Order: sequence, then C-alpha cells, then structure tokens
Amino acid sequence: MATATAVVLPDDPKIRGDVTLEDPVGGREALVRGPHDFHSVTELVCAVNEKPILETPNPFKFGIALAAAGAAMFGGYIGYLFWEGPGIWGNNNPVGWAWDIVNFVFWVGIGHAGTLISAILYLFRQKWRTSINRYAEAMTIFAVICAGSCVALHTGRIWMDYYLFPIPNQMGLWPNFRSPLEWDVWAVNTYFLVSTLFWFTGLVPDFATLRDRATVKWRRMFYGALAMGWRGSMRHWVTYEKAYQILAAFSAPLVLSVHTIVSFDFAVSQLPGWHTTIFPPYFVAGAIFSGFAMVNTLMLPAREWLGLKDLVTVRHIENINKIILLTGTMVGYAYAMEFFVAAYSGNDYEGFTFINRMFGPYWWAYWTMVSCNVITPQLFWFRKIRSSPAWTFVLSIFVNIGMWFERFVITVTSLHRDALVSSWDYFVPVTEVFFLLGTFGLFFTLFLLFVRFFPVIAMSEVKSVMPQANPHWEGYGHGAHAHGGGNAQPATAGGH
Amino acid sequence: MNANEKLWGLLAQYENPATVYHACEKVRDAGYQQWDSCTPFPVHGLDKAMGLKPSKLPWAVLIVGVTGSTLGLLFQMWAMGWAYPMIVGGKPLMSLPAYVPVWYEITVLTSCVTAFLANWIMNGLPQPYHPAFASKAFERATDDKFFIMIEAADPKFDLEKTRALLKDAGATQVEELEP
Repeated sequence: MATATAVVLPDDPKIRGDVTLEDPVGGREALVRGPHDFHSVTELVCAVNEKPILETPNPFKFGIALAAAGAAMFGGYIGYLFWEGPGIWGNNNPVGWAWDIVNFVFWVGIGHAGTLISAILYLFRQKWRTSINRYAEAMTIFAVICAGSCVALHTGRIWMDYYLFPIPNQMGLWPNFRSPLEWDVWAVNTYFLVSTLFWFTGLVPDFATLRDRATVKWRRMFYGALAMGWRGSMRHWVTYEKAYQILAAFSAPLVLSVHTIVSFDFAVSQLPGWHTTIFPPYFVAGAIFSGFAMVNTLMLPAREWLGLKDLVTVRHIENINKIILLTGTMVGYAYAMEFFVAAYSGNDYEGFTFINRMFGPYWWAYWTMVSCNVITPQLFWFRKIRSSPAWTFVLSIFVNIGMWFERFVITVTSLHRDALVSSWDYFVPVTEVFFLLGTFGLFFTLFLLFVRFFPVIAMSEVKSVMPQANPHWEGYGHGAHAHGGGNAQPATAGGH
Repeated sequence: MNANEKLWGLLAQYENPATVYHACEKVRDAGYQQWDSCTPFPVHGLDKAMGLKPSKLPWAVLIVGVTGSTLGLLFQMWAMGWAYPMIVGGKPLMSLPAYVPVWYEITVLTSCVTAFLANWIMNGLPQPYHPAFASKAFERATDDKFFIMIEAADPKFDLEKTRALLKDAGATQVEELEP
C-alpha cells in the first residue's frame, strides 16, 4: 500500500473554510445559512440517504406505503381500462376528451418548473437554484411519467399506441407529422428523455460522494455503478461542465416548446374556446405557475423533515413565490384577454363559449379556477405571506387545485356545448377519480424512493456557490496580498 | 528501480480551493504534462491554473445535431410526401410549417443525447478502477478535500523533486500510488 503521512488540518477556521453569513465575494447574503463548510454540507445531505434501511422513520414508511398502494391501484385501473375500454369513463359524444387529457396537461405542466429551475435559472446564473434544482428535476421526470401514462391511456386502444412512433410496418404507413397530436408525442418523449439525461448528469458527482462514503457493500456497489468511476478530475469537469451547459441551453427552449405543443393540441383545432392564438404563451405561463406551486408543496415538508433548512432557506421560498406571483398574474391576464378577444371578434360561437364558461352548467369549475389561480397568488404581494412556509404551503395547494380546474374548464366546457343544440351533453366522471389518485400514487412513490436513495440536494453545485469555493475568497488571505504574488497557504506549508 | 516499477504516481492533498489553485499553477509552470487535479466541485478558474484547453465536446454536439436535424426534416418530407403521399386537412404534401415542431424536437433530441454520451466517452467513463481509489484519503475528493496527482510516466517526474514541489505548494499529505 501507499505510504501516508498524517493529515494536519490548519487551525485557522477561515483557511479551513468555515462559512460566514456574509458573502464577501458576491457582496450578497450567503446562500447557505449557518456555520457550514464543505464537509458539513456533505454530511447534511447524505444523512438522508445513509440511514440504514431498517431505521427508516415510520412516517416515511407510512407515506411510501400509502403512495405505493395508490400506484398499485393505478396498475389495477390500467388493467381494468385495458379490459373494459374507455367506457369506464364518463366521456360522451361531444365530450370526447375529459379527465384523461386534463390529467395529462396537469402533470406535464407541473414538470415545467423543474426544467425552468434547472435550465433557465442556470443559464441566467441564478445561484440560489443549486439547492432546489435536484428535486425539482426529479419532480419533472416523475410528473412527465404520470403525464405520459395519462396520454398513452387516453388513446383507448392502448395496444395500438406503437402507431404513434415511426416504426416501419407492413402497410408502409407513417405517423401523420402534420398532426399536433403527433407533435405532442415527439415533444413529450423528447422532454422526458432530455430531462432524465440532464438529471442523471447532475447526479453523477453526488453518486460518487455517496460511493466514497459507503460503509456497506450494497451501497458501494449501487452508488459505484451509478457514479461510473467519477473521481472529480478537473479534466473531466471541463468537459462535464460544457455538456451540462449545452444540456441546459437545449432544455430551456425545449421546455417552452413542450407546453407550446401541448397547447397546439387545442389551439390548432377549430373549436371555439380552443382555437386561440394566445394559447402557447398562456399555457407556458400556466405550466410554470403550477409547477412552482408543486415545487413548494414538495419542498416545504421536505426541508422541514429532512433537516435541510440551512440549504433551502426562506430566500428560496420567497423567490419561488415571486415567480408564482408573476406567472399567476400572467395567467389571470390571459383569462381576461380570452374574454376580450371573444367579445372583440364579434363571433357568436366564441362569445357564447366564454359566457357559457362563466355562467353555464360548469360555472362552479370556472369560478374554482378563477379564485384559486387569479386571487390566491396576489396574496404574495405581501412579504409576510410569501416568506411564511405555512401560508406558502396552503396557497400552493390552492394553485395546484386551480390549475387542475383550468385544464378541466378548457377541455370539457369547450366540448360539452357542440354547434348543434341536439348534440349538447353534460359530462359526469364515473371512475376517473381513481385515475387521478392513481397518478398521484405513482408520482409520490417515485418521489419518495428518490428522496430516500438519491441525494436530494446537488451537493457539488451547492459547494461551488459557497463563498469559500472561490479560490480568491478573502478568507484565504488574498485581501492582504497583491494577487498572484502572495500564495495563500496554510501554516503547514513549508519551504517559504 | 524496483520501487519505481510499482509506482503509478504521487497523490497530494490540499485543504482548500485556494491552495490547490496555486499548487496547480506551480505544477503547470514546472512543465508537467501527465497530471490531474481532483476536486469535489469544479473550482472556478482551475482549468486555467492547470493550463487546460477548452473541451471539444461542443463540436461533437454541433456535428451530430446538424446531421440529426437535417435527417429529421428529410425523413418527415419523405414519409409524408413520397413514401405514402396523402393529403391531410387540405395541406400540400410539402407542408413545411407543419413539420417544424417535430423537426425542432429531433434537433434537440439528437443534440442532447450526443452531449450526454460525448461527455462520458470523452472523459473515459465508466472507469471502474483508478489507482487513486486505493487511497483512503482520496475518499474525501468527492467531499471536501482537493487533490493533485502527478503520474510517474511523466517525463519530468522525479520522486523526490516532485514530492517536494507538491509539498512546498501546500500539500498536507503526499502519498505514493500503485498502479
């Protein structure tokens, strides 16, 4: 074996790299609260994953049992749907699309916040994103899995879903690339794959941390396989960071394109209430709005229970709430603009559709949507409310509910009043509530497994935004020396 | 010489980004070629301190991305216009605007898959074993310690001189690695 001399740590806490609350380099409040150094960040984050399996806390066991029961029910529901066909839903003749598509748009919208945080905030150098991007990305992937299962099931004849892909077949037939529904297939699948690659790339250095800390064999094997031999080599980091930047640069417009294409499913049709040019930006704003609400719904309990308050601070909550306020206001503006356009167009059918949304048979859905999406985010103008975890949590639930209803309103109210009065009908769900609960079961099962086994916070990224990560941090003695002349060395360095 | 045959290189440990930064500058200026530094996170500017060239990864992404993008558009035109020509919604066979969304998604897909794969391929990962993994201290390379390793294969390598260089640059410990 190699010979080794003993490790001597310098006594000076500044050289050792303990943190102050101030960030002297950036001139801003430090992102990490409390007296943390690199090692304590590692300890804090890994503690969640390193608890032995048998010592898993009971609330967690209960949570995952509940979620897994929901996921199992979803499996059963899919079997039932497979056996009986979409007749188990309340869909009727004018309302050919209902909860299947509502759930799809709801879930795919939720995914958008994760990519926004991981890609767009990365490109804008918003350093606060580092402590929330990992699980926001996980949320994205799991939400897109739920969305994908909804949209795969909505076709009715599930075993024919392979028609959606350009697979050579005996009929010489290809998918119709002019159809928004085919665009959607490409958008959602690309989104899922790219998000997963991006997420995994970010995870590799943290898997290496868990591998190097592993005390039992299965952990060393498991994280060792996932880390692929990552050793933090600077020669690797150079290529790695470039790859990460490129993935971010592609993900940013990708996320905007995905919900744009989802909105095309509606907007490219000729139906009053759907055929609207405002749909792409309106859908994207709504997606980010709902996604950030879901980030809060998941993040607030997590930071509480996992003891991550030093890393996920009130500043994060406030920043997220500001984005919710902005996008919520955009959504409210879009609601108003839809009405203005309907009135200004002078089109009778368009006008009827919107009046019918407000005062027709589904008035309750419309007003639930408006009160949750337009009114609640406005409370975030008040600093007391937007910096309060309790208020934020409650309001995030309201936004989740409101955004589900928005998709319900758009899909069902536009359909249920057809052009001929003889074709009018009213949609009532039959078994669909199990469909929605099942997707939540699947989502939370995946999410809880992720929290238990994967590092929930991007450790290497958090360390890189800590003030002492900068080689020119004044704690290393550069304040006293001219740059380049003085070598910031601990007392143990000899020879000078 | 027997001892040297079993020597892969030297591994030096540094306590913070500043010392490893300046140590890298010294190793670079001493003219070493086959050496590396390992850090828990990408230390800002360390690539410059090591004298590394920018990654060539973007070129791989550009080449494959442009190819994938072109093929993606041509495939749609072929499938819709030649292989099974069919008028849908009164649109012409070459309804280019309708091909844009899938064209775009294919461009993103091929570029991102390339960026992902090229990252690992160019870095030589997965790599199940590395001499540094034998070191107990190196387990902190992914936690809070900073390392420089210089390979014995480097023409400038001299066990004592190299050790002194690493030590003088502020290393808290230097160990020898076996292959």
